[in-house]
Amino acid sequence: MTTSPPAASASTHPAPADPGTTPGGALLAAHDLHLAFGPTTALASASLEVHPGEVLALMGPSGSGKSTLLHCLAGILRPDSGRVTYGGRDLTAMSDVERSALRRSEFGFVFQFGQLVPELTCAENVALPLRLAGVGRRDALGTAREWLTRLEVPDVADKRPGQTSGGQGQRVAVARALVTRPRVVFADEPTGALDSLNGERVMQMFVAAARDTGAAVVLVTHEARVAAYSDREAVVRDGRVREQVRA
Amino acid sequence: MSASTPPRSSWAADLALGARMSVGGGRSGWARLALIAIGVGVGVAMLLIVASLPSVVDARTERTDARSIGSGVVEEQGDNTLLTQIVRSGFRDLGVEGRLLQAEGVRVPLPPGVDRALAPGEIVLSPALQRLMDSPDGEAIRGRWGDTVVGTIGPEGLAGPGELTFYLGTDDLDEETATRINAFGNPDEQGGGLGPELLLLGLVGLAVMIVPLASFIATAVRFGGEARDRRLAALRLVGADVGTTRRIAAGETLVGAAAGIAVGGLLLLVAQHVLPPLVPPALTFYPEDLRPAPVLAALVVIGVPVASVLVTLSAMRRVVVEPLGVVRRSEVTRRRLWWRILLPVAGAALLHPLIGGMDDDSSGDQAMVTAGVVLLLVGVALLLPWAVDAVVGRLGRGGVAWELAVRRLQLESGAAVRAITAIVVSVAGLIAIQGTFGAIQAEAEGDGELQGSVFQAKVIDTRSGAVGQEWVDGLTGTPGVRDVVTSTFTLAHVETDPDQLIGVEVGPCSVLTHETGITDCAEGDVIVVATEGAELPTPGTTYVLGEPGSGGGTWELPGDARSATLGEFHLYLSGLPSTIYVTPTALGGADVAEGYESVLVALDPDVPDAVDRLRTTAADVEMLAYVADAEQGSLTGVLGTARQALLAGTIALLVVVGASLLVNVAEQLRERRRPFAVLLAFGTRRRTLGLSVLWQVAIPVAVGITLAIVTGTALSVVLQGGLSAPIGIDWWAIGLISGGAALVVLLVTAASLPLLAGLTRSQGLQSE
Amino acid sequence: MTVAPALLGLLQSGPRHGYDLKRAFDERFGQDKPLAYGQVYSTLARLLKNGLVEVEHEPGDGPDRKRYAITEAGVSDVAVWLATPEKPEPYLQSAMYTKVVLALLTGRDAADVLDAQRTEHLRLMRELTRRKSEGDLADQLVCDHALFHLEADLRWLELTAARLDDLATSVRG
Ligand SMILES: Nc1ncnc2c1ncn2[C@@H]1O[C@H](COP(=O)(O)OP(=O)(O)O)[C@@H](O)[C@H]1O
Ligand SMILES: [Mg+2]
Repeated sequence: MTTSPPAASASTHPAPADPGTTPGGALLAAHDLHLAFGPTTALASASLEVHPGEVLALMGPSGSGKSTLLHCLAGILRPDSGRVTYGGRDLTAMSDVERSALRRSEFGFVFQFGQLVPELTCAENVALPLRLAGVGRRDALGTAREWLTRLEVPDVADKRPGQTSGGQGQRVAVARALVTRPRVVFADEPTGALDSLNGERVMQMFVAAARDTGAAVVLVTHEARVAAYSDREAVVRDGRVREQVRA
Repeated sequence: MSASTPPRSSWAADLALGARMSVGGGRSGWARLALIAIGVGVGVAMLLIVASLPSVVDARTERTDARSIGSGVVEEQGDNTLLTQIVRSGFRDLGVEGRLLQAEGVRVPLPPGVDRALAPGEIVLSPALQRLMDSPDGEAIRGRWGDTVVGTIGPEGLAGPGELTFYLGTDDLDEETATRINAFGNPDEQGGGLGPELLLLGLVGLAVMIVPLASFIATAVRFGGEARDRRLAALRLVGADVGTTRRIAAGETLVGAAAGIAVGGLLLLVAQHVLPPLVPPALTFYPEDLRPAPVLAALVVIGVPVASVLVTLSAMRRVVVEPLGVVRRSEVTRRRLWWRILLPVAGAALLHPLIGGMDDDSSGDQAMVTAGVVLLLVGVALLLPWAVDAVVGRLGRGGVAWELAVRRLQLESGAAVRAITAIVVSVAGLIAIQGTFGAIQAEAEGDGELQGSVFQAKVIDTRSGAVGQEWVDGLTGTPGVRDVVTSTFTLAHVETDPDQLIGVEVGPCSVLTHETGITDCAEGDVIVVATEGAELPTPGTTYVLGEPGSGGGTWELPGDARSATLGEFHLYLSGLPSTIYVTPTALGGADVAEGYESVLVALDPDVPDAVDRLRTTAADVEMLAYVADAEQGSLTGVLGTARQALLAGTIALLVVVGASLLVNVAEQLRERRRPFAVLLAFGTRRRTLGLSVLWQVAIPVAVGITLAIVTGTALSVVLQGGLSAPIGIDWWAIGLISGGAALVVLLVTAASLPLLAGLTRSQGLQSE
Repeated sequence: MTVAPALLGLLQSGPRHGYDLKRAFDERFGQDKPLAYGQVYSTLARLLKNGLVEVEHEPGDGPDRKRYAITEAGVSDVAVWLATPEKPEPYLQSAMYTKVVLALLTGRDAADVLDAQRTEHLRLMRELTRRKSEGDLADQLVCDHALFHLEADLRWLELTAARLDDLATSVRG
């Protein structure tokens, strides 16, 4: 796991080992997912591919199953049927422990709000994924501070999340998602709680940083202006994905 | 009407709205109310039970007074007099106390609860004693006072349903061995015989119970506080000002408190019927005795709601509920030490009369000491938040789990502290009482000498004179009795100076080693035992064996007498500067006047209930003799029971504390559902989060228990000093309580794991 | 513009007189400004010349006795038109609305029409977003103006997509 400055040249960071892609070039793929919460069908035969380094927007009306699909892709939820493969490995067949380990090392997350641990300072929040992955406290905090600087919120490092504004908090969350240099970042309505100006800035920095680190982004949003930061979009409707062919 | 002040709702309307809100929250609202009602109800029920203790004591005293003798004592024998004497006995670790009655005429008074005069040999038993004798367990006591059971004693003649007592008709009594009365009852007699030490312990016990109960009730009132904050935020949104919000919260609280009082009342009714069979015979009472003293009951019924409202308002002092559902905790204020330490320091200062021992009868000192103990215990409760803050603030860095917990506590430890305050106060008090009990027990066991000795029982016969042989003959051959030996103790004085008193004990080597602790003894030895600093008797001195004027024979202390250090218990026994132990051969046939013969019995440990078999045989030899054994003394019996009750209470309290900790953790988990769910999404091991919950529960409990143990032990040492009891620390109780606390921490953590597991499902991530 | 394909689409359900056709168009799409007769006939003439419609003569005389019918070429022209997203620009609802209704009328998948349009819109929005992040403040403001308008379109697309079922019943009913 990297602990070196994020802004330094790529040569100082060995990129995570290439997990490999499926024959179609997909890094992460869902095949025919079905998932129901009791009587509610959230996913009905959803399939999707995510390619290395791309920013994919998942659009669709609220309640259509976007978040559920994202959770399945990230191995947080296990679908009732269907498969999720990551670099050729079947996520749905992994144990919870294996999936947790995968999420720790290869994935990052940004959510709409309320994701930072309220007791920890922002820097500590950002350092958390590194520490979970076994990086020492000092190194982790150092890297965290650099990420906060890069996202232009160095002055919130020692504040608690409750003392920051929404836009600052989301940037802290973005820093936390990227600090481990994941292969895939999952973002569920990352700007949903922000005004347009703050939303734009967060998206700009988020996408730029993700492209820098080569991370693929799965971006759930219902806002077209946010989706416009993507490379392509897929529309989720009634638990099914209408995927736009790759440009 | 001025336009600048828009109309505002009235106080009553605010309170009523709050009351409505407390029951209007749908299912979860009712669940919260139920939780509060049960929590407060349990607290109120216990308070009401405490408030009933005076009635219980009064009712018991009234009944025991009615059968006691005092005002009816007369000198002259008459048509309406009878002779009576108390018989003390026991069964296993229970005390049995009966009365012998010997009618001297035909119009003799009947003791309460007994409906006929008893002919010699006839016995009436209390129902509990009857049951005991009828049970298979009671074999060793059956027939101890004859077999002619002619009835049972009615409730008006008993302290309570569990009391073991009897009245036995006899014709063996005379004016020397018994008291003559013409009536039962003594309105003036001091009931129960609570000595100053028991009184002191009782008061401390009361404080130990009331303080944690109060803090438990305070915790219960705040169950579900998060949901309430959200509701209040909704009110702020529609324009309620801060004052209105507070009053509405007060209204909500009042409903909870009122429901709690109702539940408490019901629980008291239940307790009236559940408790009496459970209390040990020494404390037995009838269901109808358990009714709160009106003044105390009124105090509870008024005090609990008022205190609840105050607690709610003080809780809201730190929380500004804002219209948008944002509950802003005002910036963490550092807890200050100085005013928190005032109370315990004042308490400690009030304890100063204890230093160097306390007079038995200075009630001013007693009040002071009681106040001191209460202040000290309340002070501990005040000191706790500061102590937790201070410790948590200094805790170093560790793993992620540790850090999550420490940070959480650094930000907000109030709820955790509230949950453990009760246990901290009660543990401090308990350790103090346990330690003191232990010390009193050690002291009260005059028969401590029996522990670890070859003799397991001792017959105490109040008749003076040469009764030893009678006992040897009577007891030898009883199943379980291995050996019976006697020794004679007498007061002696220097022949030339009747003021120089000394004790002389004549007995075989087995008794001498038993009493002095020396290891080598041969027939013909003389051993002088003196208190430290006392002058050793000079060899060659001639003593008169017997009290001055009793006309005992003379005896000369031989030159080869050895000396030994004094066994602690013996000082208490004789109160003399020194005692000479003499084997019979060394006495050379000198005549001992008015000696007290004591009888020691060696028992076979393999025979069950050997002591009780011995007692039954002993009753046959001499009804009034008392058989003490290594385990039992009447005082220690009561103390042991009380100690067990306290320990049971503490464990019950630990359970309650565990429950409030769990509620606390559950609320925090709900509050932090999203960040935790996100942490899990990031691949955090569930173990890490579980561990952080463990630390979060364990750290305050550890701080609290440590504080409690330190305070409790210090208090115990001071109290022991005040009672002139040997000072000891009750490691057993400390270990037990620490172990219990650790167990509670583990259980709470384990119980919160399902909640944590629930977070991993995606609900935690679902935006509203 | 949209008049020609709309007329074609309306003819797909069966041959009509010119006058009927105008009435049907006005009913569905002409809300505030009815189609002029002249425009109807000139459009039909153009379609006729391109071989997308043909004329059936009824017995009797007069210009109004001509009935227009769609040809094979006309049907495929409608299909192509429906499948081609409109060039994203403000105020295209009327064109999009026409397309959606016609897709429903002609039994095609209206959702596909909407999705194709969404893709096209997003393509432009991506471009604007890219230009915005590379440009100066003036560029940003200009791009944002366009972006907000496009976003409004997309919201309308979204809303329409959510209401396709209702729309289908009202169109066919
Ligand atoms: N944990 C859950 N329990 C029950 N129903 C759920 C749960 N999560 C999602 N759903 C339901 O599944 C459907 C899809 O939800 P979601 O994936 O959150 O939609 P989106 O993110 O697109 O708004 C919705 O109908 C939602 O109510
Ligand atoms: Mg969602």
